[in-house]
Amino acid sequence: MNTVVDARKITVVTECAECPVSPMNPAHWRADFPILKERVHGKQLIYLDNGATTQKPDVVINTEADYYRHYNSNIHRGVHALSQKATEAFEDARVKVQHFLNARHAEEIVFVRGTTEAINLVAQSYGRPRFQPGDEIIVSEMEHHANIVPWQMLCQQTGAVLKVVPINDDGEFLFEDYLRLLGPRTKMVAVVHVSNALGSINPVREIVRAAHAQGVPVLLDGAQAVSHMKVNVQELDCDFYAFSGHKLYGPTGIGVLYGKQALLEAMPPYQGGGDMIRTVTFEKTEYNVLPYKFEAGTANIAGSIALGTAIDYVTEIGFDPIAQHEHDLLSYVTSEVKSMPGLRLIGTAKNKAGILSFVMDGAHPHDIGTILDHQGIAVRAGHHCAMPVMQHYGVPATVRASLALYNSRDDVDALVSGLHKVKELFG
Amino acid sequence: MGDLRELYQEVIFDHYKRPRNFHKLEGADCRCADGHNPLCGDRITVYLKLNDGLIGDVSFEGAGCAISTASASLMTEVLKGKTTEDAERMFQGFHTMVTQPDPEMHPELGKLEVLAGVREFPARVKCATLCWHTLSAALHKQSSVTTE
Repeated sequence: MNTVVDARKITVVTECAECPVSPMNPAHWRADFPILKERVHGKQLIYLDNGATTQKPDVVINTEADYYRHYNSNIHRGVHALSQKATEAFEDARVKVQHFLNARHAEEIVFVRGTTEAINLVAQSYGRPRFQPGDEIIVSEMEHHANIVPWQMLCQQTGAVLKVVPINDDGEFLFEDYLRLLGPRTKMVAVVHVSNALGSINPVREIVRAAHAQGVPVLLDGAQAVSHMKVNVQELDCDFYAFSGHKLYGPTGIGVLYGKQALLEAMPPYQGGGDMIRTVTFEKTEYNVLPYKFEAGTANIAGSIALGTAIDYVTEIGFDPIAQHEHDLLSYVTSEVKSMPGLRLIGTAKNKAGILSFVMDGAHPHDIGTILDHQGIAVRAGHHCAMPVMQHYGVPATVRASLALYNSRDDVDALVSGLHKVKELFG
Repeated sequence: MGDLRELYQEVIFDHYKRPRNFHKLEGADCRCADGHNPLCGDRITVYLKLNDGLIGDVSFEGAGCAISTASASLMTEVLKGKTTEDAERMFQGFHTMVTQPDPEMHPELGKLEVLAGVREFPARVKCATLCWHTLSAALHKQSSVTTE
């Protein structure tokens, strides 16, 4: 019997006479994602490009549709019923994000377009008014371009300097080098929580602690982390945390910047416009309170509400079973491909999440991507917006298979047989 | 979508594994240009020696996928002895061949026709044309070109 607990939430299976599958079974999770029934080039879709974006469960798709079908209206300004309902759902979503990250206050949750916009916001609003020539910003060698370029732009604007923590050949953050780089000139540390190109999980708690010992704030890029593990910003004690909804089974175009209240309070607005003001005259504008100060213009209302549903969805399953399942799959796929002759794994950190990056002798990643695609298998072939990582390993690109909660051993087996097909063709 | 064998024909594997004219050209009369496809990381340098409007020698270096390497290798083979106008015309003909459905085959393309299968794989068109864009940059004395 299926019991629908809340139509806008998730269907919880309490008992199932026909199948002895528990709600903790990944096969059930898989059934929640309608796109996984699609066929590609006549083959069953095997989706292993979750690092780029995850698929969406029915509940998330329905939440977006519900908003547009039943209560689409603008928020924070209408006296009519629809506007009030939309405002309530939008603010509910903010509270869901707050609990998801365990932030102290809902006001610390700023809705943005995605991780990239969140980092740009911090660079421009926190960094630009403060940083002086010679000030230093620390990033790591494994950053996504989204956590490099906004800081480089800030360096050009302020004369600050970018310092880079190197990685070892396993793709691990070199903590001793980090400690050496931290100094009186360091004004910001911006590090990825989980590397999108390598899968390495960084020791972010220790990174934050070391920076705070020097009075330096830390931004964590959580784009690849939030779908794989429980993130607790109070425990991490990070000053800023950024993530994107679409990599967490939510919609595209919506993301989150978490910032500690005191820091956000002290920062000027990032963009000007409607919603971020309290009063406007031609002489003077008074800005709105947090978080609205940072939310100029009409927000992605449907996206925010649906992100709230995506959070409900993963919370309902729980990160323990998700992490357990993904860890088992990653171990399985790693052991399956490691023995293939001519295959080299890129990123072999001890502490890894969800990502398998590799190259093969005699076959370029782009060719491998095409051959796998032909078998319905979606992977990413390229530099993964992490060109410095590619440089470290001396490769132009890698093939990346990235896992999500709905992937199965069958998906991995399909990938492995696809790679044998590559070997067959390329010899 | 076309058959994989249509795309990866034996001739293409042959030119991928043993690219022709795969070396640098040096000398005061030599032109070169760099091509880069940032999407897949392919990089290529095309070298060119012109004598009175004729392509006396042409070669390339770089790292890329099977399609981009084979396309560059085949390009260098067909261009030797051609005029710069011939080369521009062949670029147009090649571009049409890999992007248009059922195009009229350009008679000058010759062995380049093995790359016609690329048109069934839209994501790979940039791979096949990178060398031609780079050649065109060299002919027009531009130092680099980027395709995305």
